[in-house]
Amino acid sequence: MTPAPTHDLRQLIARHRLWEQAFTILGLLALLIGLLVLLGLFLQLAVTGAPRLTPEFFTAFPSRLAEKAGILSAWVGSLLVMLVTACTAIPLGVAAGVYLEEYAPKNWLTAIIEINVMNLAGVPSIIYGLLALGLFVYQFGFGQSILSAGLTLALLILPIVIVATREALRAVPGSIREAAYALGATRWQMVSQHVVPYSAGGVMTGVIIGLSRAIGETAPIITIGALTFIAFLPTPPVTGEFPFLSFQWLKDPFTVLPIQMFNWTSRPEEAFQLNAAAAGVVLLVMTLTMNAVAIWLRYRIRRTIKW
Amino acid sequence: MTNEADANAPPTPGHRLVRRRGRQLRERFIEVLLFLAAASSVAITFAIVFILVKEALPLFREVSLLDFLTDRQWTPLFDDAHFGIMTLIAGTATTTAVALLVAIPMGTVIAIYLSEFASHRLRETVKPILELLGAVPTVVFGYFALLVVTPLLQTLYPALPGFNMLSAGLVMGIMIIPYVGSVSEDAMRAVPMHLREGSYAMGATRLQTAVRVVMPAAFSGVAAAWILGISRAVGETMIVAIAAGMQPNFTVNPLEPAATISAFIVQVCLGDLPHDSLGYKTIFAAGLTLMLFTLLFNILGYWLRKRFREIY
Amino acid sequence: MVELAVNILDAAPRNEPAPAALKAESRNLNFHYGGFHALKNITLPVFDHSITALIGPSGCGKSTFLRCFNRMHDLYPGNRYQGEIVLHPDNVNILDPQVDPIEVRMRISMVFQKPNPFPKSIFENVAYGLKVRGITRRDQVAAKVEQALRGAALWNEVKDRLNDLASNLSGGQQQRLCIARALAIDPELILFDEPTSALDPIATASIEELMLELKEQVAILIVTHNMQQAARVSDHTAFLYMGEVIEFNETKKLFTMPDKKQTEDYITGRFG
Repeated sequence: MTPAPTHDLRQLIARHRLWEQAFTILGLLALLIGLLVLLGLFLQLAVTGAPRLTPEFFTAFPSRLAEKAGILSAWVGSLLVMLVTACTAIPLGVAAGVYLEEYAPKNWLTAIIEINVMNLAGVPSIIYGLLALGLFVYQFGFGQSILSAGLTLALLILPIVIVATREALRAVPGSIREAAYALGATRWQMVSQHVVPYSAGGVMTGVIIGLSRAIGETAPIITIGALTFIAFLPTPPVTGEFPFLSFQWLKDPFTVLPIQMFNWTSRPEEAFQLNAAAAGVVLLVMTLTMNAVAIWLRYRIRRTIKW
Repeated sequence: MTNEADANAPPTPGHRLVRRRGRQLRERFIEVLLFLAAASSVAITFAIVFILVKEALPLFREVSLLDFLTDRQWTPLFDDAHFGIMTLIAGTATTTAVALLVAIPMGTVIAIYLSEFASHRLRETVKPILELLGAVPTVVFGYFALLVVTPLLQTLYPALPGFNMLSAGLVMGIMIIPYVGSVSEDAMRAVPMHLREGSYAMGATRLQTAVRVVMPAAFSGVAAAWILGISRAVGETMIVAIAAGMQPNFTVNPLEPAATISAFIVQVCLGDLPHDSLGYKTIFAAGLTLMLFTLLFNILGYWLRKRFREIY
Repeated sequence: MVELAVNILDAAPRNEPAPAALKAESRNLNFHYGGFHALKNITLPVFDHSITALIGPSGCGKSTFLRCFNRMHDLYPGNRYQGEIVLHPDNVNILDPQVDPIEVRMRISMVFQKPNPFPKSIFENVAYGLKVRGITRRDQVAAKVEQALRGAALWNEVKDRLNDLASNLSGGQQQRLCIARALAIDPELILFDEPTSALDPIATASIEELMLELKEQVAILIVTHNMQQAARVSDHTAFLYMGEVIEFNETKKLFTMPDKKQTEDYITGRFG
């Protein structure tokens, strides 16, 4: 066995290494271009919107005068819609995740549910909007209200919450479950007192990511026919008289931040486009902060929990 | 942890091992409750299909399916109404194609680079950034497409109209890059190290290992990432609604304005929309079409994953 | 990088002629994983046309030592070599930073603990190393693949289904395929890293038989967790413990009359 002519081999390796280097540069370039373009766009947004980011911008209603317009009704609307979304999606999603991970027998029904959750995650958001328009707005008669919007977004993020819950539960080792059973716990005691609390961090991560997705969604809210010019606030949820709580706000018309931004973006006047940029900055800061918190939380869980 | 029922039970040892009916009932009740929560996801799917079909069907009493599929105009709200869905499909296909031409090559190259070439530090820094970028609201990207990218393109090509599919598609592509990159990278990372070592041990370079061993092994996952990208581009609404214009226009020229399926739905919903109006029916027909496409891609993704199931 | 791809022949020639039968030898080899001193002053010969076995309890560094021979540790950050592994007859230190690890790997192939066929066809698996070496002529590749598969005693079992996926083969067949893959590039030395630990006894026997045939052509260095295997197949055996060579001898001698008490304790099952 004579080794191959070493000179040829050396040339071959040199050629391979050249290709490899070319790709290294290509990959780095692709990464830099992708990130820099996005960074550039965000900077442009920030620079354009910065002059409008005054305290009044947050406390003023939309107006026909661009300089006086603000996002008060938009951010209050976003907050209330998120409240409805969270109150619906978290219990439903966590319960579904717990069922699929801890209870579900291995049968065709479970398989269908699992495939279905995967499919739902891929359904475009505007389709959820149409569902809401047909079901919540007309069939159930909720109208174009905060309730309709909140429920719509809850359905939209349900798959995200379910998948995150399942992943978090799966990370709890089987030995913990066996330990609980060995002490005489029932399945529900095992789940509610051990597995769910231990995986709460992971579930939270999924919930935050889901909510950040919901807060930026525009299309399904437009579809249910949310007005874009709302110069008033919904009924306050706390009242002066007994029983001190009011749910009237659920039925109120509303606007949300992304709708407000969309509205201003579509205006031809440049002054309103400045407002759009400012609203974009607020929206971006909100979603990115929520996601950063979620990523940090996941990173911390990975580092601190050693089973 | 013990049940309250224990207090009432006679303290004989024999009795203490008897199954508690109350506890069993409660356990069963909880299980049913949890099952209902899980089953609600199936109910959502049924509700989507039901609502879309129910609200779209009346349209097909007025318009034949043949016209719907072959007419080359989509003017449902005009006096001379035409219902050629192909017009909207052409718009959707064009913006999607532009987006994918950006997102798939860029996303895949980034994924290979991060998974096989980048240092651990770089990868751990970039991955969370990619995830973060995936969370940017699409309305913000719409703003970029209309007010930043289009003016930029107009300096290069002054004849470009203010609304055009090129700008919307490009920005959509940029939006999808992190998505395709991150999911493909996950698939490549999942390829076990011993396969790579097998390749390196034969004297292969990183690039050869990445292209000839890792990519084929991770193909199902990478293909799934591409399909996810396509599916997102097809369903994407706000960027096209803002930047591509909402006027139906039967063209595949990305330099022209045109409406996609989703943009049309937005356009109709922005106006006053009485229940049972013609406009109301058409958006559900459009939505049904969009849903069918999404379903098609989902099935394609599922099939690909099965066909090229990880074989390591 | 390209300049670094210096040929093994060019780097640091030595004066003293190598012993005729020596294929490679490590000289005062030290190896660090991050802060962990994994191999300590290992000096060991590997003879041509013979099988050298490395035995020792898990964690003793035998696999780490094996993986120095084709510079696999270069793939991961934080690893550091000191000392030399000299390849004969070129008489060159393959751990020299000037030496291209890719060239080393093209000349020294490796068979892994767990069969790791690529997710490709049987044919493509064996042809992989040829492709990497730039051999693309179809007839040439086909001839080489057949030769390698025959060499690995697999040809008769797979000749009718060369285009099947390699993952459809049984574990023992997969491992023989990996041996064929290693053989196809005409290596001078083959490294076996516990090649039968994932296989059943029958497949193990066929791999052992194959190794005995292969040593007619190449030098073999094998790590094994199984002392009987070392006794059955190898000509020389080294006993490693805590990163050090405790004893190196002809296999027969080492297993019947070990010089060291520790070796005797290990082979008689008193520890490990």
